[in-house]
Amino acid sequence: MRRWTGLAVLAVAALAIGVLAGPVDLGARDVVSGLMGRGDPVHVVIVRNLRVPRVLLAFAVGGSLAVTGAVLQALVRNPLADPYLLGLSGGAGLGAVLAITLGLAGPWAVPIAAAIGALLAIVTVYRLAVVAGSVLDTRVLLLGGVVVGAFASAVVGAILALSPAESLRNALVWLLGGFDGASWQALGIFLIYAVVPIAVLYRASRPLDLLSLGEEPARFLGADVEPLKRRLYVSASVLTAAAVAVSGIIGFVGLVVPHAIRLVWGHTHRSLLPAAFLLGGALLAGADALARTAFAPLTLPVGVVTAVLGVPVFALLLRRWAT
Amino acid sequence: MIFEARALSFAYPAIDVPAVQDVSLAIGRGEFVAIVGPNGSGKTTLVRLLLGALAPTAGQARTLGRAARSWSARALAQRVGVVAQREEPVFPLRVRHMVTLGRYPHVGALQSLSSVDEAVVDRALAYADATHLGHRWIATLSGGEWQRVRLARALAQEPEVLVLDEATGGLDVRHEMEVFELVAGLVTDPGLTAVIVTHHVNLAARYADRVVVMDGGRAVAVGLPAQVLTQPLLEQVFAWPVTVRSWRGVPQFLPLKRGESAQHGDGS
Repeated sequence: MRRWTGLAVLAVAALAIGVLAGPVDLGARDVVSGLMGRGDPVHVVIVRNLRVPRVLLAFAVGGSLAVTGAVLQALVRNPLADPYLLGLSGGAGLGAVLAITLGLAGPWAVPIAAAIGALLAIVTVYRLAVVAGSVLDTRVLLLGGVVVGAFASAVVGAILALSPAESLRNALVWLLGGFDGASWQALGIFLIYAVVPIAVLYRASRPLDLLSLGEEPARFLGADVEPLKRRLYVSASVLTAAAVAVSGIIGFVGLVVPHAIRLVWGHTHRSLLPAAFLLGGALLAGADALARTAFAPLTLPVGVVTAVLGVPVFALLLRRWAT
Repeated sequence: MIFEARALSFAYPAIDVPAVQDVSLAIGRGEFVAIVGPNGSGKTTLVRLLLGALAPTAGQARTLGRAARSWSARALAQRVGVVAQREEPVFPLRVRHMVTLGRYPHVGALQSLSSVDEAVVDRALAYADATHLGHRWIATLSGGEWQRVRLARALAQEPEVLVLDEATGGLDVRHEMEVFELVAGLVTDPGLTAVIVTHHVNLAARYADRVVVMDGGRAVAVGLPAQVLTQPLLEQVFAWPVTVRSWRGVPQFLPLKRGESAQHGDGS
């Protein structure tokens, strides 16, 4: 119970810091009155239309990436799995970079192109991994993801090498992830795509425990393995594609957070998944606050911050685990 | 019938020789049946067919009165506990958690485990002589302890049918005997049905009501141990000279050293 309280406090603190932090210096009082719609109208707009949706989006994306990572680790029975393992990041990156270098207009051009790229990668990897007509081979899934991702990265590299400096910079920033495009609309669209997959994944908590024993033991303990694997893969993919579309490719959250939770909470997915959601959300909301303020008015890509923060913490946890 | 095979055949994809070939047999409620035979004779494949984990290429496999493949995994796991041959957990688990997984078929997706479930887990651990292991990480268990923990998990399913696929591999004499005693006891009371795949022909002969001898994918003999486990059959199946003696009316076999003859023994 104390662990849950600690995690809840951490999540609330990250949300609060996310709303307080930013290039415009607002105190707690300004933020509260801004939330209520009172006081300086500029502050009201900053708090209500910029910071709150941004911090909520960062939280929801971080939580979703952490949940997806935890699920994929059990699905492919590999502790190194993360949401981008299955070729998704490559496909999304390719879509986004194409949209940027082709100069497609409109605020939704890049996210839509990224989502289309991610979905194409998912379908390709899935088709590769379904063998003998009906069996989803998770080993092929893993390798197919790596191969499709590598191919997409190669094409991205070629496009970037041939593109002008300005679009090169835009593409790089997008590839490293961020929430500059955050809005209530983006949050709403993300949630529309995220709620069902998250519910499906949480409902599969017990079968996920079984799946980490191996497919045959899982089956004999009551998991209908083939439909389960498909359900998990499709849900995890849709969730990640939605996250990529609104925030680019944010590394480490999906790998490090599930493991941090595993070390403290153990491997029961019924508690692992919600705990990973809270910690992933808190980490990404906090990282985004840091990304916005560390070099203000410049913004760091949030993926850089998650890596810089996440990796040393994880290394410490690993040390503790080993002893 | 608990299990029924009718002219059952199965070939793994891209392998010419069928793993199971034209097997017909029936296992009734309350029976203790042992499946014996050399490596690669199709014992495990037969069991997987009967459990619906594989689709037959010909013939029928029926389980608890229905086509084996028509069972949902969950409904089957509520009634049949299986200790499979292979299992490799990818994340570290404690023994008690491992055994608790046996309760999963009985609880809803969003339901918590009740005190009844916990009591069943306690009892299963005690049955398998694994209570003292409860807090251990499974990676630290010896081979025998690991098998007993998996047996405990199958017992935690509160099954009416128990299927053990070489579940006594790696056990020392005492623990192996205890597993057979335990299973025999569960068959007597409360009347479980047990199917054991084993290399221990002598223990199979002493504990099982009936023995199925597999060779080259075929069930070459099915029947009472005393009728089935004869010297010619065992020599043919295992491709090794043996002598068969009787111990309290039950055949017990002894593989012979090269050059030894059955007459070299010290009498019966």
